[in-house]
Amino acid sequence: MSTIRIFVPQDSAAVSVGADDVAEAIAASATRLGRNIEIIRNGSRGLFWLEPLVEVEISGIRYAFGSVAADDVPGLFAAGFETGGAHPLSLGPTDAIPYLANQDRLTFARAGIADPLDLAAYQALGGLDGLKKALPLEAAALIAEVETSGLRGRGGAAFPAAIKWRTVAQQAADAKYVCCNADEGDSGTFADRLLIEADPLCLIEGMIIAGLATGASQGYVYIRSEYPAAEAKLIAAIEIMSRAGWLGDNVGGSGKAFHLHVRRGAGAYICGEESAMLESLEGKRGVVRAKPPIPAIAGLFGKPTLVHNVLSLAAIPYILAKGGAAYRDFGMGRSRGTQAFQLGGNIRRGGLVEKAFGVTIGDLINNFGGGTLTGRPFRTAQIGGPLGAYIDHSHLSLPMDYETLAQNGAMLGHGGIVVFDDSVDMAEMARLAFDFCVHESCGKCTPCRIGAVRGSETIAEIQAGRDVDNNLALVEDLCEVMTDGSLCAMGGLTPMPVRSAIRLFGEDFAPRRVTGT
Amino acid sequence: MQHEDAHRARRRTGPTEPLRPDTPEIIDAKSLCARHGNDPANLISILHDVQTQFGFVPEEVLPVIAAAINRSRAEVYGVVSFYHDFRMAPLPGPDVQVCLGEACRALGAAELFDDVQAACGGHARAVYCLGNCALSPAATVGGKLIGRATAERITMQSSKATS
Repeated sequence: MSTIRIFVPQDSAAVSVGADDVAEAIAASATRLGRNIEIIRNGSRGLFWLEPLVEVEISGIRYAFGSVAADDVPGLFAAGFETGGAHPLSLGPTDAIPYLANQDRLTFARAGIADPLDLAAYQALGGLDGLKKALPLEAAALIAEVETSGLRGRGGAAFPAAIKWRTVAQQAADAKYVCCNADEGDSGTFADRLLIEADPLCLIEGMIIAGLATGASQGYVYIRSEYPAAEAKLIAAIEIMSRAGWLGDNVGGSGKAFHLHVRRGAGAYICGEESAMLESLEGKRGVVRAKPPIPAIAGLFGKPTLVHNVLSLAAIPYILAKGGAAYRDFGMGRSRGTQAFQLGGNIRRGGLVEKAFGVTIGDLINNFGGGTLTGRPFRTAQIGGPLGAYIDHSHLSLPMDYETLAQNGAMLGHGGIVVFDDSVDMAEMARLAFDFCVHESCGKCTPCRIGAVRGSETIAEIQAGRDVDNNLALVEDLCEVMTDGSLCAMGGLTPMPVRSAIRLFGEDFAPRRVTGT
Repeated sequence: MQHEDAHRARRRTGPTEPLRPDTPEIIDAKSLCARHGNDPANLISILHDVQTQFGFVPEEVLPVIAAAINRSRAEVYGVVSFYHDFRMAPLPGPDVQVCLGEACRALGAAELFDDVQAACGGHARAVYCLGNCALSPAATVGGKLIGRATAERITMQSSKATS
């Protein structure tokens, strides 16, 4: 009998709900029963609410079972799950699960399919196609392809990627760098982690192409310390790519060099801000730099530096392999391609949804997400991380694109959507926004460093019902000062969740008026 | 662990003489810096290694690191104190972190944190985002990530870590 391939994700989220125990139980059962199986530890498909999601490959088709607990394993074998037997946890063919089937997987096309460190499997799934196409091309042609794609920075700022690339390429310098920002600190986001754990070779391929296009021969990935499994995968993947000759002094025999290094952060949210990240990469406190000069001209160690989020760089292999126009054909308006939306918080089907721009917020929360996990009525969602705006029912019909959200006082950020039911206290969430800023401010700008403390204190006063109207006016005034007087988005955008909470859910900020005293 | 015990003992007796140049802490810190090329750009990596070795960053190694990488002691201390990961005293117990980010708050992380604090004698730490927001609330015990965390699961893991 031939070997049956069983896939059990090694993704951190899957492991956090028992995937390692499930893998062990499957191996033990198979040994006891004398079944000839091979367990492959793949990345996650991003259907986190189904984790641990076990897949069995039968005649080339993958069948899913979830969520599997270690205790379920003997029953699965008793039902003959490894040969197509029916079981209550059966979900049918993985690719036909609507959550997955209805997505536009471009960047995440390979996520969860193979062992993330299997270079042959990577290539069989289209990996390295982009790099192979890029190697003989001139830098200008590579940048033109990125320009055609319409790709904008996926970290949150949505700056057109090609402009950054061209600026770095035009600088004459003895050293240039490509820095990947994997300091994914926004609550509600996990796409960078998922990608690095599931398909690290894709990120590396994107960075090599970026190096070829900009003339940078050194790359750094700055990864947050909260992601040890992703860091380990990335280091192993770099080793594999180096041994295969895709990294080093002679990339793919082209005569061009690209070396890649990994640096671990140390628990500072602010290092997700690009200039703070550069300071941290230089071994210093992660204090924000004033701009200009922009990093593309004077970045890491004062040299021209291309700084991109993980997802911007991981989009590059597809853009090169299929052409910028293929990527541009997804999306709406000036938001081209796909966005990795991340459904988190109080949501029934939390996970990753890669979808073309233009999908509505309601579609994501209700059709993909299935509404709240608790089953209580939806009240709000925070979009774009802890510095993003809260929305209410009236926003659910809005399409997800950078401009539409901006026109409605919100922002897409890194694509996180955190859902809350009607038990949420929005004054508490506004205070959390200030408290988070107190915890994470680098301290450079006074409005951020001190304003956040005053903001938290003032919201506490409002919660206690003391002098509510004057204190609300004070918060508004403070928000204006923070927005206008901070160098970066930490102080500049902390007012966004606060103001949106007050604007949309004013009743939570008026305890005295509600009781009529 | 031996170093950590030695440090605990020293701390109990209060401030002491500066460490002699041949004490294990000093030798280890020096060799760690050398392993990172004595490059000031690698200071954060050096500090991670020091903390892995000793369980915290001993005050006594700051001037040693500063000398090795040609930076002032104040600059090294500035980096240690800036980043939340670094601590200058040993942890009082297993490293328990509970996420209080928005996604975890949406599923009761504030109450969870209070319960965990009560159960583990107040040494749990609040953190913001562990990247497991689709399986909130999230926590870690001794670096092990727990999804759909409950106070029971966290304390169970925590007692496993100490035993």
